[in-house]
Amino acid sequence: MSPGLESLKRLDRRWIFLAVGLLVVVPLAVGIHIAPVTPSPRARGFYDAIEKVPRGSTVLLAGDYDPSTVAENYPMHLAAARHLMSRDIKIIGLALYPGGPPLTDQVLRLAAAEYGKKEGIDYVNLGYKAGNELVMSQMGSSIPRTFPVDRRGVPIDQIPIMKGIQNYANFPLLVSISAGYPGTKEWVQQVVSRYHLPMVAGVTAVSAPEYYPYLQTGQLRGLLGGMAGGAEYEVLVKHPALATRGMDAQSLAHIFIAFMILLGNLAFLGEDRSRRR
Amino acid sequence: MKNQVPTVITLVAGLFCLIGFFVPHPAIRTLYDDIQQWVIVIVGATYVLGVANLLRINLGQLSARSRDWPFKLVLLAGMIGTAVVGFSEGTHYLDPPSKFTWIYNTFYSSMSATMFSLLAFFIASAAFRAFRIRSFEALLLAIAAFILMIGRVPIGNAIHPVIPAAADWLMEVPQNAAKRGILIGAALGVMATGIRLILGMERTYGGRGAGGTS
Repeated sequence: MSPGLESLKRLDRRWIFLAVGLLVVVPLAVGIHIAPVTPSPRARGFYDAIEKVPRGSTVLLAGDYDPSTVAENYPMHLAAARHLMSRDIKIIGLALYPGGPPLTDQVLRLAAAEYGKKEGIDYVNLGYKAGNELVMSQMGSSIPRTFPVDRRGVPIDQIPIMKGIQNYANFPLLVSISAGYPGTKEWVQQVVSRYHLPMVAGVTAVSAPEYYPYLQTGQLRGLLGGMAGGAEYEVLVKHPALATRGMDAQSLAHIFIAFMILLGNLAFLGEDRSRRR
Repeated sequence: MKNQVPTVITLVAGLFCLIGFFVPHPAIRTLYDDIQQWVIVIVGATYVLGVANLLRINLGQLSARSRDWPFKLVLLAGMIGTAVVGFSEGTHYLDPPSKFTWIYNTFYSSMSATMFSLLAFFIASAAFRAFRIRSFEALLLAIAAFILMIGRVPIGNAIHPVIPAAADWLMEVPQNAAKRGILIGAALGVMATGIRLILGMERTYGGRGAGGTS
């Protein structure tokens, strides 16, 4: 084996870590623009579903994730809240992840400040409820019974936005931003298939393949997969933000990983040949 | 008796919940909703049990100065500190600038995001060391991985529009077919397990001495 390939085989993995770090940090810090983001039909489906919701309606926005997937879920969550509020659609937010309510709160607060919306009138955060699918199922019978108070402890019957909200029949759309269990899959199984509520979802890239069957059957009207999906949606709502900024870093990291696979195989090619001999 | 009573309870509760899912009649629906509420309360109570268990195990290890005891100390201090701050702020725990939000953003959020972000580094390293193309199947996997990795980011479209189109085809046709098969198989498995539970053929919930499967 040539000395070049031999030294490549012994490449210290810290060099790889350094390269990944630079490829991620530099584009984020400097803000280079490698390529424009082109929305996919899945992101367009998500956007169109929200565009079809009549102004003044109330939409259920489930933020089922926690800080571990904030890089992927938060930008799409914020973009969805901005899109809904820009169209004067009221939002009822909730989280079925214990670590989720502060993120839902932050998203709603940020979007509300931009569009001059008021808590309790234009949006509300119902907070977290333990029970996973049971909470989803219970909400089909009675939302006020499932969530008697919002996350601030205000009784539901004293919150103007909750007036007349009983169950899923009062929503034209369910928006699920999810990182896993409980999340999009459970919302489809418990709510879409049972109450026929139109639904769109924003999920982590690693879990996105799981939802393609639901997308193909029309149970999901749109799907945002990972940060790339978030960026596509930000382009559609004409509000490039966190996800769009992360696309250059992600592009370079993906190319680097593909390059590493090739390089790794090249490095071990000689070894395989000598073994065969 | 010890085996029969739990089996009968499971049979009745299982059949009732199955009927409750499909029959919206108020007589069934009301009781069905009540049972669900009870389960939600029980799930909430398990959190208390979880915290108690965490305290019991970690306090024991801490007092015995077992291996890695400083980490146990950090865990307990973090848990107790966050709970005390959260309870002291009551329902205003998320109103800015609350101390709970500061703890959440400074510690929990940063550390959780860091753990997940480390994946990028290890995936790159694993790609170099572990992804060996030694067979035709591995070659197919590598080609699919290349197309998806490049096609899923904007640079793929900038290189050539056929790359994202190929990535979409991979996801929508072969991947979807496999995923659909897995989903159907898993659903059938869940149904079979449910029926076995309801009929008392699966009694692992009974704990030791319950007989397990029969």
